[in-house]
Amino acid sequence: MPSLKELKGRINSVKSTQKITKAKQMVAAAKLRRAQAAAEAGRPYATRLAAVMASLAGKVAGDSAPKLLSGTGADQRHLLVVVNTDKGLCGGLNSNIVKAAKIKARELLAEGKVVEFYLVGKKGRAPLKREFPTLIGAGFDTSTVKTPGFPEAEAIADELIAMFDAGKFDIAHLVYPTFKSALVQDPTVNQLIPVPAPTVAEDTGSVVDYEPGEEEILEELLPRYVRTQLFGALLEREASEQGASMTAMDNATRNAGDLISKLTIVYNRQRQAAITTELIEIIAGAEAL
Amino acid sequence: MPLHFELVTPAKLVRSEDVHMVVVPGTEGEFGVLEGHAPFMSTIRDGAVQVFASANGAPEIIQVRGGFAEVSEKGLTVLAEHVEG
Repeated sequence: MPSLKELKGRINSVKSTQKITKAKQMVAAAKLRRAQAAAEAGRPYATRLAAVMASLAGKVAGDSAPKLLSGTGADQRHLLVVVNTDKGLCGGLNSNIVKAAKIKARELLAEGKVVEFYLVGKKGRAPLKREFPTLIGAGFDTSTVKTPGFPEAEAIADELIAMFDAGKFDIAHLVYPTFKSALVQDPTVNQLIPVPAPTVAEDTGSVVDYEPGEEEILEELLPRYVRTQLFGALLEREASEQGASMTAMDNATRNAGDLISKLTIVYNRQRQAAITTELIEIIAGAEAL
Repeated sequence: MPLHFELVTPAKLVRSEDVHMVVVPGTEGEFGVLEGHAPFMSTIRDGAVQVFASANGAPEIIQVRGGFAEVSEKGLTVLAEHVEG
């Protein structure tokens, strides 16, 4: 049985933990609103770009298609681009992303493919390195900037495209969390390179003039599309991190509250027991006289 | 009938408004887009997009970098990677 002093110490320490989790929860709630707004503001560009891509990709098919669209012709070497957060305290978000990446990697390895990882964000490195110590390739550190934006997405995309052009991999997959709500963030696996050909061939019925030419436009469009995909993933990650963090910290605050009330009951009971014992001693002493 | 003009960057929808004419710096030369322009698509070079709100007003100048312009029956959409100002 812990002494009264020990109990008091524990109650105080849980109280200060609760203060920290509560503060983190409120910070995450405020940041979540901003991150969500940013994710929504980025959507018009992505949808317009996808629409233009769809109408162009249908026209430039076959041998003349750029390599980013048609691929290298092989599907032996796969690159998994895993987007994790830089900070913890966000519940199971990172372990879910890592789990999704592992499943995909095992699937590819079972098919006899070569797999390599490209890691964005700090939190995925350790668990993936434990599982696949030899497969971790390059990465991109997003922890140096406060909120990763388009310049970061651009840098990542340029590096990936350079790696692709150098023939380091055939197919790249992007693993990132999709923000559904503060409670739900689903890890998503998308093919990034070669750019998957849009299935809906849009037919507006009108003849469109292209300047300079369809192929030139498409060639410029594809890197942009990859960048936009990565930018979208970064925005989703930001919103997911704040959402998950808010939920996790809310739970932690509630847990701490429960623990405090339980400890307080034990503390009060013990104090009462001590008082009762003391009283009994006094009464017994008085009676003996 | 005014021309519907939209300027979009990855970060946000910068403009969505009805204007008289827009002059876009295309890779192969500047071109002006009025209402009823034929469907057209062009890459753009770094430069200024001039937005004429009315037929004889002074243009509003927006600096853009990297992207392309698309003209459809719905209007003109400029997708730019960076917009200054």
